[in-house]
Amino acid sequence: MAMEKELIKKFIKDFIPDANVVIEDLRGDGDHYSATVISKSFLGKTKIEQHKMVYESLQGKVGRELHALMLKTRSE
Amino acid sequence: MNDSNFLDVSENINNQITNNDVVLFMKGTPVFPMCGFSAATVQILTNLGVKFSSVNVLENDEMREGIKKFSDWPTIPQLYIKKEFIGGCDIIKEMFESGELLELLSTKGIEVNPS
Repeated sequence: MAMEKELIKKFIKDFIPDANVVIEDLRGDGDHYSATVISKSFLGKTKIEQHKMVYESLQGKVGRELHALMLKTRSE
Repeated sequence: MNDSNFLDVSENINNQITNNDVVLFMKGTPVFPMCGFSAATVQILTNLGVKFSSVNVLENDEMREGIKKFSDWPTIPQLYIKKEFIGGCDIIKEMFESGELLELLSTKGIEVNPS
């Protein structure tokens, strides 16, 4: 089952309100996305912690409905 | 997955990461990766000339779910160096590009032979 681009963005922004989120549908198939998430709340956190925050925002969908999500995070 | 299954899988994972300095939990094998993210990670390790062992999670459903729970990380591949979880494909790629991965391997005393 695929997920809509806007829905992915909404999940991330609900959880990390200050986030600047850019989602790209890599193959136009609604199943392979890349996400760039920029948020001050990542400051002082390791990459693993930053990615975990984004995964957490997607409430267990990553690796399931959301098969492929290339993720880039940074604090500014 | 029930608790006793998870205990078994955890023990198995612990053995893997204790007995091998660099372990990649992946889909498929280094020669025949079954997913682009796993393939990309194998490519990076191969570029760095790192000896690593791999676990094909597609051979074992309990391992496939268990490693996610063990690392508290929802995707595969997952790289462990000296028992420490380093990250998935995106993090490994970033660390490779910035030179951090090479540095980390050297710091941990792992032999590398970048091509």
